[in-house]
This record gives sequence, C-alpha cells and structure tokens, in this order.
Amino acid sequence: MEISDGSCSTASMSCTLGDLSQPDGSASLTHGNTQVAAAVYGPCEVRLSKEFPDRATIEVIHKPKVGLPRCEDKLRETLLRSIFETAALTALHPRSSIQIIIQEIEDQGGLLATSINAACLALLDASISMKFLVAAVTAKVKHDGSVLLLPQEGSTEKDSLGIITFVFREPDKSVVCSFTSVGTLSLQQRNQCLSLCQEACDTVFKFYRECLENKFSKIK
Amino acid sequence: MRDTPLSNCEREFLLDIIKERKVSCEVTLPKLRRPTEGILFVNVELSPMASASFEQGRLTEEGVELSRLLERCLKESHCVDLESLCIIAGAKVWSIRVDIHILNHDGNMLDCSSIAAISALAHFRRPDVTVKGEEVTIHTSEERDPIPLSLHHMPLCVSFAFFHQGKYLLVDPGELEERVMDGKMVIGMNKHREICMLQITGQMLLLKEQVLRCSNIAVVKVMEMTELIQEALLNDKSSRAKGLKCGFAESATKRKVNRTWKEAMDVNSVPGCEVPSDSDSESDEDVESKISERGDVNVLGHGVGAIGKSAVSKWFEENTDDMEKELEEERNKSVHTNSSQQEKAMTAVMPADISGDHEGDSEEEAIQILDKDLKLQPM
Repeated sequence: MEISDGSCSTASMSCTLGDLSQPDGSASLTHGNTQVAAAVYGPCEVRLSKEFPDRATIEVIHKPKVGLPRCEDKLRETLLRSIFETAALTALHPRSSIQIIIQEIEDQGGLLATSINAACLALLDASISMKFLVAAVTAKVKHDGSVLLLPQEGSTEKDSLGIITFVFREPDKSVVCSFTSVGTLSLQQRNQCLSLCQEACDTVFKFYRECLENKFSKIK
Repeated sequence: MRDTPLSNCEREFLLDIIKERKVSCEVTLPKLRRPTEGILFVNVELSPMASASFEQGRLTEEGVELSRLLERCLKESHCVDLESLCIIAGAKVWSIRVDIHILNHDGNMLDCSSIAAISALAHFRRPDVTVKGEEVTIHTSEERDPIPLSLHHMPLCVSFAFFHQGKYLLVDPGELEERVMDGKMVIGMNKHREICMLQITGQMLLLKEQVLRCSNIAVVKVMEMTELIQEALLNDKSSRAKGLKCGFAESATKRKVNRTWKEAMDVNSVPGCEVPSDSDSESDEDVESKISERGDVNVLGHGVGAIGKSAVSKWFEENTDDMEKELEEERNKSVHTNSSQQEKAMTAVMPADISGDHEGDSEEEAIQILDKDLKLQPM
C-alpha cells in the first residue's frame, strides 16, 4: 500500500451562526458541497420518561432530505448522542433536556462528519458548557490504496474500499469515536486514515475559532 | 395606503427562499390511481427545529391546516399538468413528491411554503423517457436533457391578519402578530388575477369591502412575487448554462455578516504507514497538564460530583487588531480584579450519593456553591 505524495486537501468550509431566530443556537455548515443545518434548544424542560435526576438528557433528531427518517438516520442520532453526552457538561443542568436537531440539506459525501461539526457549532452558539470541543473528519480509501478526505468534488462511493469517520476532542486530539460506514479496512489502512484525519482536524478546530471570533467581533 | 405593500418579513423570505426553506423533489415510479394522470404529493414537515412547540413525528392542528391549504393551492388548482406525467396509460405514471421542511417558524409559514413549493416545481426537471411498445427507457441526465414539468400557472398564497374585528389589516403577519390576531384570511392567486383558494379563519366577521380590498392587495403582491421567482429561475438557468456552480452549497457562500468562510486547505500527512498512537503517545499526565494549561473545566476529584475552577480564557489569540486590543484590555481588567481577590475559586459541590439517602428527599438534589474567600459560610 502506498501513498502517492502524502498530502491531501480539505474542502472549503463555510458556516453561519445564529441563522434561525427560534432556536437557542443554530449553525448551518457547508463543507465542500455538503450542507447541514443544526439547531439547539436548551437547557429546557424534559419529558418525565426521559428525565435523569443527575444530568441533562441529550436528544438528537436527524432529519433526512427526502421522506421519513430511516434506519441510517436513527444510527446517526445514536452516534451523535453518545458523542455529545461525552462532550457536554450534562451534570450542570440536571432534570433538563438539550435538544439537537440536524437537518440534512445536501449530501455530497461526509454527511456524518458535517453533522457532528454543525452540531458542535450550534452547541457553541447556544452557549452550552462543554468539557471539550469535538471535530469530525471523514477519510476514504480508494481501491488503489490512496487515502483522501471527504467531501471531495466528484468523489463517489463506488470507487472506495472503505470510508471511515473519526471524531477528535480538542486539546490532545484523542479519538472520541470512530465509525466505518462503507466497506472494510485493514488495521494498517485504518491507522493511515487516522493519522491523516488527526492532521486535518486542526483545520476544523481553527475554523470553530474563526466562526466564534467572527460572531463576537464588533467590526464587520 | 401604499400601492405596493411589502413587509420586511416578506422581503426576507423572498430573498432567502432557496436557503431557508428546503424543497426537494423525488421521482418514483409507478403508482396507479387514475389511469392517465401522474401523482403530485405534497409533504409538509414541521421540524422541531422550527419551533420548540413542534414535536417530532406528530402533526399538530397547525400542521394539518398548513398541509391541507397547500394541497388545495397546488393540487386542486391544477397548476401542474398531471396528464403529461403519464408514461403508459393505466400502467406507468410519474409521481412527483414535494418535501417542505420548515426550518424556522417566524410567522406566515403558508406564504413561504407556497412560494418555495411552486419555485421548486418550476425548477424541477424530470428524466426523459421513451416508450417502444411495452418497453420503457428512462434516460439519465447524461444521455438526454431532463425535461421540466409543464406548469399552467403559478398559484401563490397571500395571508392577511385582522385585528379589532377586521378594523385593522396586516399583510404577511409575523409570529408575534399571528399570536394576537383575531382572524386570518388566505388568498391563493396567480398572476392572471385568478383566485384559486380563499379561506377565512378566526372569530371575526368581515365586510365585503375588506375582502375586496384584500384581493386587490393580493394581486399586487402576487405579481411581485412571481417576478422574483422568474428572475431567480432565469438566474439559475443562465449560471447553469455558463457551467458555473449552483445549488445549495453555492447559495451559502453569499456574503453575510454572520458567515465565516474558509478556503480549501492542504493537509500534510506523514507518508508511509505510521501508527499514530506510537508517534504521539502522551502519558495521561501530559494530557492533564495540557488541559489545565488551557483552562478547561476539570473534574476535581473522583467520587465527588465537583466541577469548576475558573481560569483565564485563552479563546482569543493575541493579535494586533484594534478590536483584539480592546478585548485584551477588558480581559486584563478582569484578570486584575480576579487576582486581587486572591484567586477565589468557585466550586459547585453536588452530593454524589443521592440514592438511599434517608435524610433528605431523594427527589431533590442540593447544589451548594462554596466560595471560600468571600466567607459566606461560617467557618
């Protein structure tokens, strides 16, 4: 297995914070051609059946572009919930709920990573306290063994050996969650993807900073 | 009264029509109902994103009214030529699905969704088909250009809110206005001044003059909106013809105050297959010290639900920017006041053991804020 030049590029990112007037925090994130809108309500009232006496309940709703939510949407909801239950300081708001709603607008690869990043930005916008920030990066291994980052222009699922998404936390870039969505990868390939994604997650964290600096700056 | 009333809210949603309301169409095949007619399906999703009162998977009264009115406006006005969607009579027809996702409920959802739906229908292109005997071929967009739906006209909804028993009239009510209004009238009209739908709800009676006045206003507004939609469609067509980028991602890169944009960037990875866990393996202590340096929130000890410890924010990098300086000064001030109070530490202590506690009610949980330096607590 060989890499041609050992370098790869992340697609352009663009984000609007506080787009929607009703939710407490919202973000619409465009990564490459993939676009996702995320909104956060909370901490607010929780249904009795979902209440925890010692921490806040995190509810995630993932809405597909067309039709009713399917199995993969439910899977994404579960993943996001586990990630943000780790990341958010739920003990600060016992007996309350933090609702994260994700709306897929356009999927051109790397939807899961974009959803996670959008949700993190929306939580930041809603000023929910978190232990650390998370950033997700998706990598794809092609049939020839080369690795590239998604979303990428003109990239399809067909020519891929496997697609893997890593979620990192901020200061030490340790892995919070990893998820293989398509195909199988050898350990070597997985590690190769991991090192590439770990490099790439810096750009995402930097982007978070820029977004918030932009939000709180008085000029512009 | 002005001849062309156009409220802020409406201008906004006309501008943001593609961005804020997401409409998508899907083609499924075949669903037999009437032998020579295609199917138009309108689906309105009141996403919980739009408002805290909307619940997932449950259609409220508001939602039912909204989808019913939209169906009446789009389907029963026969604006889409359903017969042209027939492939083989009685066997194969096109089914067109319009999905409307409401992202933000700031009043007047109906007008907005009707604009979004009709623009999407006008923008939608279905794949071309050829029929040879019994054999039907659906061509991909590479083989043959997709063809647009044939729209007879474009019905649009205009809402009016009434206050004081119809004494005051408001075009395009906002969310707060909708909450206090006496009643509402919706007119569905096309640019040929034909009314396709009219509905009055609420506890009020209207004079004939008021209805006429409203329909006159609706004429002007529908003309304006139709023009805007046509312009947007033309704009899209020309940019597609030029081979420019289009779609949602493109509409997002527009300049906006609250938008941050970042170019595509190169990421250099270490060539070869290094196991990353070896290359940057850090002991737990390193990580802990790194975290505390950054002033992140720490868990203070094992077994106690104690969190907190304030520290200086390092969120902002030190820049030469004026604004940054200002922030810096502010922060220094706060740091100064902090240090003068001898590094007071705020700690929230929660009893970790709450189950089986016979002293207090187990339903309740005490949160005590201890502030040692302020000496609120008796020593």
